[in-house]
Amino acid sequence: MSDAPFPHPAPNADVAPFWDWCRRGELRIQRCRDCGAYRHHPRPRCPDCTSASYEWAPVSGRGVVYSYTICHPPVLPAFADRVPYNAVVVQLDEGPFMVSNLVDCENDDVTVGMPVEVRLVAVDDDLTLPLFAPIR
Amino acid sequence: MVTTIVENTASIAGIGQTTFAKGLGRSELDLACEAVVAACDDAGFPVADVDGVVSFHVEQVDEVDLMYALGFRNLAYFARTPSGGGGVASTVGLAALAVATGTANAVVVFRSRNRTKSAAYGADPNQGGRPWAKAGARLFDERQWHHPFGVAAPAQEMALIARRHMHEFGTTAEQFGMQAVAQRRHASTNPNAIMRAPISLDDWRASRMIADPIRLFDCSLENDGAVALLVTSTEHARDLRQPVVRVLAAAHGGGPIHTELADWFRFTASYDDRDHGGRHVARQLFERAEVTPADVDVAMVFDHFTMAVPLTLEQYGFCALGEGGPFVESGATCWPDGALPVNTHGGSNGEAFVHGVNHLPEAVRQLRGTAVNQVDGCEVAFVNGSITDPAGAVLLGRGAS
Repeated sequence: MSDAPFPHPAPNADVAPFWDWCRRGELRIQRCRDCGAYRHHPRPRCPDCTSASYEWAPVSGRGVVYSYTICHPPVLPAFADRVPYNAVVVQLDEGPFMVSNLVDCENDDVTVGMPVEVRLVAVDDDLTLPLFAPIR
Repeated sequence: MVTTIVENTASIAGIGQTTFAKGLGRSELDLACEAVVAACDDAGFPVADVDGVVSFHVEQVDEVDLMYALGFRNLAYFARTPSGGGGVASTVGLAALAVATGTANAVVVFRSRNRTKSAAYGADPNQGGRPWAKAGARLFDERQWHHPFGVAAPAQEMALIARRHMHEFGTTAEQFGMQAVAQRRHASTNPNAIMRAPISLDDWRASRMIADPIRLFDCSLENDGAVALLVTSTEHARDLRQPVVRVLAAAHGGGPIHTELADWFRFTASYDDRDHGGRHVARQLFERAEVTPADVDVAMVFDHFTMAVPLTLEQYGFCALGEGGPFVESGATCWPDGALPVNTHGGSNGEAFVHGVNHLPEAVRQLRGTAVNQVDGCEVAFVNGSITDPAGAVLLGRGAS
């Protein structure tokens, strides 16, 4: 592991529950209580209907790889030991997109459209990341 | 976020720039002063009479510092465009707006960068080096949604966008490479260019991968330098030293930001049923200027990475959606024979990266007929900011209306 400090979210009240739920072992995202639309990343209003009413809704944790890259230097100092590593945009079955990484997947095997499911992986006591793994 | 609807009343009367190079060892304020003075000298306009200053929001030179350094006596107008690279060209729109409304008479647009002074200024993330690499370990903003996954460099963000375009339309990485080769060829005859050695597609293939599919030779350069333009009324510009280059139209519109990738893809998910970013701006731009993409003789396309060129050409209607890759492959963007020469100065991987603001003086040179790689009979030029932020663009035209 690189000596560089791992980047940690320092979330405000609008977004803290997302990271809190990850740490508790569950992927939840915002869902509008009025129109039912899911959204990510978190924000105080529904961009589809402007409602301020929302819940932190459990989601399937399943989706597909919408796009990907393989990262080579230069990278964030905390990731220097990992190169080359994958980064992906996952589209959840519920619709929203998330940036993440695939685990249990060789770089050469990443493809657009591959089905994936979430793996909540703890970085330390304060941070758990929603990563994804191929559904085989 | 429409910022201007000012046609034909404003013109670019002067252009100025510093040497572009790594390690100039000069402050950004010093570089900005040189570029501003050069732009005023080019126009034959007294520096002290500049009464407006426009930049964009990540500019590190403060307007007041520029005023103190250059002795502007009647500074009356300050403005900045928002959201990073999307606003580099529409700075001209803010200047034109001030001139057209009589708020200011002579407005300087500038950008100054010093990317090689991190040894002296290291702590400030916007001073020297790579800002994203110095973001730190506590992420209060949108970076919390991608930095913990190792996505921080613009190349990584743009690679995710490029890969999806490749999947949707069959665009190839080699087509990005062909644009890299074309721009380096343009740079080879530009005495102001940093990279004057042309490259082949094999050289591009041999350049190391940065963020697949983006290779080193697709990337903008990391260098120092500053650029400035003097914008004044077309009437006033006619009394100054240079041929008049009119601001035909400028537009700046809301659009998805690449650093918020989750929403970037929400807004672009199917490419053809959304109208955000460049496509939204394009419609306003061409309607206001009363020209069509087919009327444009030369295009200066914001090219932080060469993948942006085909995507931009699609969004602004220079080719059909999904046809950007084949358009580049056809040679259309190459000077002198291409139908739409793009970045004739060598662009951001050939001439220099001054955040794309160095594309503006090249458009002016083309319209004056003084470019190194001159497009014959150049009447209309296009310059845009990044399509991946709230986007903006200008159309410039030769001569008096």
